[in-house]
Amino acid sequence: MTGNKLLKIAGIAGTFALLAACATTGPDVDASNEVDQTVAAQPSGPAPGSQADLEQSSGHRVFFAYNEYTLTSRAQSTLSRQAAWLKEYPETRIMVAGNCDERGTREYNLALGNRRAEAARAYLVSLGIDGARITTVSYGKERPLDPRSTEEAWSLNRNSTTTIAGVSS
Amino acid sequence: MNKTIKFLLAVMVIVVAHPAAARVRVDITKGNIDPMPIAAPDFLGRTEVSTGLARDITGVLMADLDRSGLFSVIDQRAYIERPEGVNVRPRFADWRIINAQVLVIGEVDQLPDGRVQVSTRIWDVYADEQLGAVAFKTPADNWRRAAHKVADFVYKSLTGEDGYFDTRVVFVHETGPKEDRVKRLMIMDQDGANPVPLTDGLDYKVLTPRFSPTQQQITYMALFDNRPGQVYLFNIETGEQEQLGTFRGMTFAPRFSPDGTNVIMSMARGGNSDVFAMELATRRLTRLTDNPAIDTSPTMSPDGKRVGFTSDRGGTQQIYVMNADGSNQRRITFGEGRYQTPVWSPRGDLIAFTRQYQGRFYIGVIRPDGTGERLLTESFLDEGPTWSPNGRVLMFFRETPTRHDGTGGSSVLWSVDLTGHNLRRVRTPANASDPAWSPLLP
Repeated sequence: MTGNKLLKIAGIAGTFALLAACATTGPDVDASNEVDQTVAAQPSGPAPGSQADLEQSSGHRVFFAYNEYTLTSRAQSTLSRQAAWLKEYPETRIMVAGNCDERGTREYNLALGNRRAEAARAYLVSLGIDGARITTVSYGKERPLDPRSTEEAWSLNRNSTTTIAGVSS
Repeated sequence: MNKTIKFLLAVMVIVVAHPAAARVRVDITKGNIDPMPIAAPDFLGRTEVSTGLARDITGVLMADLDRSGLFSVIDQRAYIERPEGVNVRPRFADWRIINAQVLVIGEVDQLPDGRVQVSTRIWDVYADEQLGAVAFKTPADNWRRAAHKVADFVYKSLTGEDGYFDTRVVFVHETGPKEDRVKRLMIMDQDGANPVPLTDGLDYKVLTPRFSPTQQQITYMALFDNRPGQVYLFNIETGEQEQLGTFRGMTFAPRFSPDGTNVIMSMARGGNSDVFAMELATRRLTRLTDNPAIDTSPTMSPDGKRVGFTSDRGGTQQIYVMNADGSNQRRITFGEGRYQTPVWSPRGDLIAFTRQYQGRFYIGVIRPDGTGERLLTESFLDEGPTWSPNGRVLMFFRETPTRHDGTGGSSVLWSVDLTGHNLRRVRTPANASDPAWSPLLP
């Protein structure tokens, strides 16, 4: 499935970000070359090491196929950039949240969201990030990014999302 | 709230129904193709207060009977005789003319101690004989429960089985946008009356509450923003709650054992979810499954000997049954699609489930040996069945899709008979999900 569908997702993500007009929570696109150049060109970029920096320089969200938790090659490249970013900021701790679409039962989706978050975490650890810096949480189908009941929305809602949990002093 | 729980209903059976071979009887195994016509004139009161109370009680009683789908309550405007009292023999001919098969006559009397006595007689109109009589003494402000008790008495007199009207339902009260719903624990009577929120919804979302079969206690999952969700216990009488154990991983999908001594649930460890049992008295945890697949949604048989659960070990979600110690795990569902959320009937004979197939969701039932599957409902999303305590009715929630701008979309509680008939919407104050039926109240 991966190639076509993810391109589609990226396109939808862009549209949705416009619709939502909500820069901080809008879904990021899944590859660095798709980062919005107009934003990047602004004189004052996000503060280095901030959540916005993470989102802009590596992408904080990876997407999954329906009922799946295996990482696509795109998801792996996003996570690779996350790992590189985390190596730049070795004191930063992150939380990886697993999310599911609404086309599953509540309890199973909690378990599936956990699997997605742990899959992302395991990949970061395999790239040399200390597991102690990464906590995981599953939101199941309880926190959809896109509230619409459409295939496009469901594609966006199947994700794992990385946020900065704190910085060790 | 406290009052309703602590309220002890004095039950005094005046005359025990005498079982007669020819007595009128409702067959609850065949659905409501032909509901029994029943007449219930307003209960009588001798004072203004008791007359008002009597009318309210009759309204709740009639609504209960009607909602069951087993009875068709005849419009009061058709009644010819105006009964003079619970101890006066009715003129059966007057009731036969309007095709009533069963007649319920009641009376509400104020007692010197401030309570009221609700007396009821049930008559077989065609056999000219009494089917049963009962009287309850209760504080006047608990009249709704008295009405439900009368409805349960009518149900039992005519079906031979316990009713389910004097029961409550816990559920999740949903408000706010779909992206981040506020989800609060709420409790109400089974007919939707007296809804009371139990949590404030500020720090966590409440998911999948379940009633203790033996105590005024609920177990649910609290979903937090910044740490893994955990199973909690909530005491309805005191409002106290506590986390059930301290675990690094998420605990979820809790359900009481039928004797109330254990909570069986799932625990996630490093991406894997297995089924565990926790003994409440000792907090001792026992592992029941140990499989790299997702094992969740455990449910125990009423005899405590077996546990059903959902697992994707075969590639897709299917229902499995094992012995209560975790041995002898075997798959019982083999149909197309995904089978999830097994819930064992309190009668033991069936397991209710949620099935997904070709983009639709169904509530269905299947025997614990995997035979006799029947689908009862279908929609965009039907999920999370819960049994009435007599195992004859299922309640579940149904979601509708949002509009294309992401607004709209509802989550509503519904009930349906085990026969697949009598699909009814259950009244709630707002969007609602995850219903759990209480046992019959003591």
